[in-house]
Amino acid sequence: MKKMDWIAKSKLVVFPACLIPLGLLVQAVLTNNLGPDPANALTRELGEWALIFLCSGLAISPLRKLTGVNKLIRFRRMVGLFTLFYALLHITSYLAFMLAWDWGTLAEDLYKRPYIIVGALAVLILIALGVTSTKKMMRRLGKNWVKLHKLVYVVAGLAVLHFLWLVKSDYSEPFMYGSIITILLLARIKR
Amino acid sequence: MLIKTRKQSDVRSSEITSETVYADRRRFLKKSGQFAFAGMGMTLVGCSDASESKTVAQAGKDSLIQTGYDDVPQLRAPHWLKEKVATYKKSGYTTSEQLTPYTNVTNYNNFYEFGYGKDDPAKKAQNLKTDPWSIAIEGEVEKPGTYTLEDILKPQNVEERIYRLRCVEAWSMVVPWVGFSLADMLKRFQPTSKAKYVEFHTLFDPQQMPGQRSSFSAIEYPYVEGLRIDEAMNPLTFMAVGLYGKTLPPQNGAPLRLVVPWKYGFKSIKSIVKIRFTETMPKTTWVKSGPSEYGFYANVNPEVSHPRWSQSSERRLPNSIWEPNKVETKKFNGYEEEVAHLYKDMNLSKFF
Repeated sequence: MKKMDWIAKSKLVVFPACLIPLGLLVQAVLTNNLGPDPANALTRELGEWALIFLCSGLAISPLRKLTGVNKLIRFRRMVGLFTLFYALLHITSYLAFMLAWDWGTLAEDLYKRPYIIVGALAVLILIALGVTSTKKMMRRLGKNWVKLHKLVYVVAGLAVLHFLWLVKSDYSEPFMYGSIITILLLARIKR
Repeated sequence: MLIKTRKQSDVRSSEITSETVYADRRRFLKKSGQFAFAGMGMTLVGCSDASESKTVAQAGKDSLIQTGYDDVPQLRAPHWLKEKVATYKKSGYTTSEQLTPYTNVTNYNNFYEFGYGKDDPAKKAQNLKTDPWSIAIEGEVEKPGTYTLEDILKPQNVEERIYRLRCVEAWSMVVPWVGFSLADMLKRFQPTSKAKYVEFHTLFDPQQMPGQRSSFSAIEYPYVEGLRIDEAMNPLTFMAVGLYGKTLPPQNGAPLRLVVPWKYGFKSIKSIVKIRFTETMPKTTWVKSGPSEYGFYANVNPEVSHPRWSQSSERRLPNSIWEPNKVETKKFNGYEEEVAHLYKDMNLSKFF
């Protein structure tokens, strides 16, 4: 067996740490701690965590450039897959707890609600990125892999739009995530 | 990112029933053999035999006020107001639907003056100064002026009305309000024939209301709402000074708020300091903020969607994760019989 370097070792800590938000939310559900409309609260929290992981994933490349620690790139897949994980939980919570698997309402939402359409599109892209995130797929897709995975920038835009369109009047949080993502994308422009 | 640690259903020390009152209630329940559930709060209703309880509750003047909801805390308010609220009579405006427990009614609020989180108002509004309180009456009336809350309330008999409250965000509650008919109050100021609309203003006081200092707000302050004069004079339209038999908590709009049960909740303006009678349609806060999303009428209507979400059903609170408690939304929130005539020949998709 290969000797573990510090990245591999820290992954052993970071991986379980990424599950802490889920653990706290499960605990909040079990102890009935999410207020009188728990489905809504849970869905929003999961969505926000997906967005936080998305921002974290987008921060890795700039951080690598900034610090010169090239190995940091090895966190990217894990953080990306956690983004997908929380996004899927977010959707599951919406379908199971908010819609109670009412496919009619889902069809109506998909047809009529721009923020649902935009969110669904973002998750579909994330699934495609998740499925093609293995070393084998990387090799098979070659140059196209990089092109495909640039779609994560589209996901970021869609996610912020999704958030912006669903709030009633408090734009501070969508604005905050929008700013973070804008900075992270600007940091990629080559000088 | 917020993960709450305080349990929503936790009982605050102020809510705990004193032992003497508790013991007396047990005895009383046993004796009368009559009790009713009202949701998780297990609230006692319909106990009108005041003398029975009064003899045992000794802890100060206020505890002698009999309100019928023993588990509900008596909040800071002038003594005369507590007494006034306690004189309420049950009314015919009621429903067989289960009441939303007091803790939910008072911890899940939209009152953006105190923050955007549903629990922000309960946390941040507690020090709102509601005494002394006065209301300016302006515009097309014979008797304009500034009236104290006491002036306003003195001639009114208060009653309890149990109304459904339907939020534009597609959740709803069932709330036992205490108050009086808005029409009774407005008539006293003698509106002139030019009074076609009534405009209401919430307190503007950034010192006390942190939300009014926020730079990310999409809405303007002071919060303004309005009704057509015939809507304001409809017998259903209510001015509330209490809920669950006690004075209003600040997060619910103390000391005086509007309740218009057939309209989305944002029409039911809180902590009113000004009422103006006008000839033209008032420019209301939500209409100004998003004219394509919120209309002046804002009647509850399952057939007219909000541009971004459906209004055909609602989540009745409280619900649980396994039971969304989804109910079909009714036209005019189920008050069609009382108010549909106000909108005869009006295209409700256009005048939403």
